[in-house]
Amino acid sequence: MAESSNGVTEKNIIQTIHDTLHDEMKRDDRMVILGEDVGARGGVFRATMGFLQEFGPERVIDTPLDECLIAGVSIGLALDDMRPVAEFQFADFIFPGFNQIVQEAARIRYRSNGDFGLPLVMRTPWGGGVHGALYHSQSIEAFFAHVPGLKVVAPSTPEDVKGMLTQAIDDPDPVLFLEHKKTYRLIKGDVPDERYTIPFGKSKVVREGSDLTCVSYGLMHHYCLEAANRLSTDGIEVEVIDLRSIYPLDMDTVLESVGKTNKAMIVYEDNKFLGVGAEVSAQIAEHALFELDGPVVRIGAPHVPAMPYAPTLEHWFLPDPDRIEQEMRKLAEY
Amino acid sequence: MSEGKVSEGTDRHTELGLKEEDLIEMYRYMLTARFCDERQWALNRMGKAPFVVPVSGHEGAQVGSGWAFERGKDVFCPYYRDLALVLVAGLTPEEVFMGLFGKAADPSSGGRQMPAHWGSRERHIITGSSPIATQVLHGAGIALAKKIKKSDAVVGTWFGEGGTSEGDWHGAMNMAGIHQLPLVFVCENNQYAISVHESKQVAGSVYKRAEGYGMPGVQGDGNDVLESYRLTKEAVDRARAGGGPSLIELRTYRFYSHTSDDDDRTYRSKEEVEEAKKKDPIPAFERYLRSIGVIDDHRIAEIREEIKTIIAEAVKAAEEADFPDPSTAMRNVYADPPQEVT
Repeated sequence: MAESSNGVTEKNIIQTIHDTLHDEMKRDDRMVILGEDVGARGGVFRATMGFLQEFGPERVIDTPLDECLIAGVSIGLALDDMRPVAEFQFADFIFPGFNQIVQEAARIRYRSNGDFGLPLVMRTPWGGGVHGALYHSQSIEAFFAHVPGLKVVAPSTPEDVKGMLTQAIDDPDPVLFLEHKKTYRLIKGDVPDERYTIPFGKSKVVREGSDLTCVSYGLMHHYCLEAANRLSTDGIEVEVIDLRSIYPLDMDTVLESVGKTNKAMIVYEDNKFLGVGAEVSAQIAEHALFELDGPVVRIGAPHVPAMPYAPTLEHWFLPDPDRIEQEMRKLAEY
Repeated sequence: MSEGKVSEGTDRHTELGLKEEDLIEMYRYMLTARFCDERQWALNRMGKAPFVVPVSGHEGAQVGSGWAFERGKDVFCPYYRDLALVLVAGLTPEEVFMGLFGKAADPSSGGRQMPAHWGSRERHIITGSSPIATQVLHGAGIALAKKIKKSDAVVGTWFGEGGTSEGDWHGAMNMAGIHQLPLVFVCENNQYAISVHESKQVAGSVYKRAEGYGMPGVQGDGNDVLESYRLTKEAVDRARAGGGPSLIELRTYRFYSHTSDDDDRTYRSKEEVEEAKKKDPIPAFERYLRSIGVIDDHRIAEIREEIKTIIAEAVKAAEEADFPDPSTAMRNVYADPPQEVT
C-alpha cells in the first residue's frame, strides 16, 4: 500500500473506494454493505476486501443473486435507520432492481410528503473500454438521472471519489454512485488522508481555456483532458469541465464557461440520443444561445443496443482521445 | 382448515389470551373498516371520491392478523387493501377520509398518492406504492435491521395471492429464510388478482411455498377473525423469540370490485359473490360474541350507531379540509433541495 506524506496518499480509484468504505464502516456502525460476492470474495473488484473478517457477516452481507432483492432490502434497512451501501456488481445487472430503485427509493420521500426519507447508497461499476461487451460495459446514468428523487454522481478522480462517496454515505437521500470500471486501476492521484466531503452538484473546471468548453464525466473526462492537452501544443486552448455529478447538475459552471469560450462540446460514452449530453445541450440552448459562435457538438455512442465485444467494434463504439481531439479541432476552427 | 363460520358457543378467545375488551375492540375495528368502506364506495358513486380501494370481506383476516402485533414496537408493511389493518395500526377514520379526498392533512402522503396508499412513520406503517409486492422486500430489509440491532420487534407484511407471483415476494421469502428474519408474511388470498383467478395465478398453494424457503407455512380461514389471530400470533411469537419467519395464507373474499374503476361482473358471477357473503367475517364474529354473552343485540346496535357517527364526522371534517397548495408540490423531493432544473 502507498505511503502517506504531507497528509495525502497516492491511490488508484478502487483502492480509494475500498479505503473510504472502510473508514466509514469504522466510523458508523449503522452502516452495512450488501451485494453479491461482497463478503468472502471482497467484491469482484476488491472494493470490500477484508471487510467480512473485520466487520462480521451482519454488516457485510453476501446477498442472494437477486438485484431486486438488493435494492428492496437496502430500502428496508434505510427505512429502519441503518446506512446501507449496496453494491450492484455491474451496472448492466442493476435492471432487476429498477422498479425498487425508481418506484420506491426515488419516490418514498415525495410520496410520504417527507414522513420517510431514504439514506441509501447504491454503488455500481459502469462504462466500457474493458472488453466487457454488451453486458459489462453499459452506461446507465440517463435511466436514473431522469428520475427526480435520486442523485446520480460519477466522479472521475481518486480525490473526488473519496469526497463524493463520503458525501453519498452522509446524504439523507438515495444516491446512485457510478464508478467507471476502466478507471479503477488506470487513474491514480493524491487523496487527502483526512475525512472530507465534496458536495454534489458542483462541477469542476479542471483545465482552463478560451477556445471552447468541453463537458464530460467518468472515463471520458480523462480522454477529453488528454485531447485538450495535445491541442494546446497547436495553440488551441480547451476549457475542460468534469461534471462529477449528473444530478444535481451544475449548469452554472458550464454556462459561465460557455459565456467565455462561446463554443460547447459534450462527450459521453452513453448513447448519444437522450443522454446527458442532450440535457446539457438543451440547457445551453435555453440559457446561452446567443453566446454561441458555433453549434453545440455532442460526441456519444452510436445508436446500437450496447457496446460490442471485438476490439475493432469496441473501438468503433467508444469515443477515444483521437476522435475527441479531431472534433475539438473542428469546433475550435468553426 | 376450518371453512366458513366462526364456531359458536365455546370460549375460543381465552385460550388465545384475548380478553373480552380485546374482542369488543377487534369487533369495532372490523365494523369501522366496513362502514368506512360502504361510505367511501357511496361517495365514489356520488362523484365525490375519484377512486376507492374496497376492503369489505377482508376485515377478519386483517384485524385478526394485525391484532397479533405490538403497536408502537412492531412494523406494518401493508398493501392497498389493508384499510382494516391500518386502523388497527393506528390510523383514524378521519385520516382515512383525508386520504380519500386527497386533502393536505392526509397523513400517508399529504394528498399526493391515490387513496389507500398507506403510510405513517409515527404508527410504524411503512409508506406503500401501487406496484405489487414491493413492500414485502422492504419488510425483509426492516426485519434484517431489527435482527442486526438485536431488537425484539417483529415486522409484518401483507399482500394478496397475486403478489406472490412477483419476484420481490420470492426474494423476500428467500432472504427471510436464509437469515431467519423476524418477519411474518400474511397472504390475504381472496382468489382474484383483479380478474385473474387463483387457478391461473398460483401453481400449487401459497402456504406450501414456505417449505421451499425454509419456514413454516400455514393456511387458515381469513373470514374467522380469531383463527386469523391465532395463526398470526403463533408466527409473531416465534419471530419475537428468534425463531424466524413464517408464511400465513388467510383465505377470504372481496365483496366489491377490485377498485371503484373495476367491474367484477365481467369475471365472476353474482351468485358466487352472494355465496361468499354468507361467510362474511363480521356477522360470523357477531354470532360468536353473542354466543359467549359478550354483546347482545342492543349493544351491537349501540356500537354500530357510535361508529356511524364517528365516520359521519370524519367525512364531514375531511370534506371541509383544505387541499394541498400547489406551492408545496416541489417540497420533499429531496431532504436538501439541489439546484432545480429549470
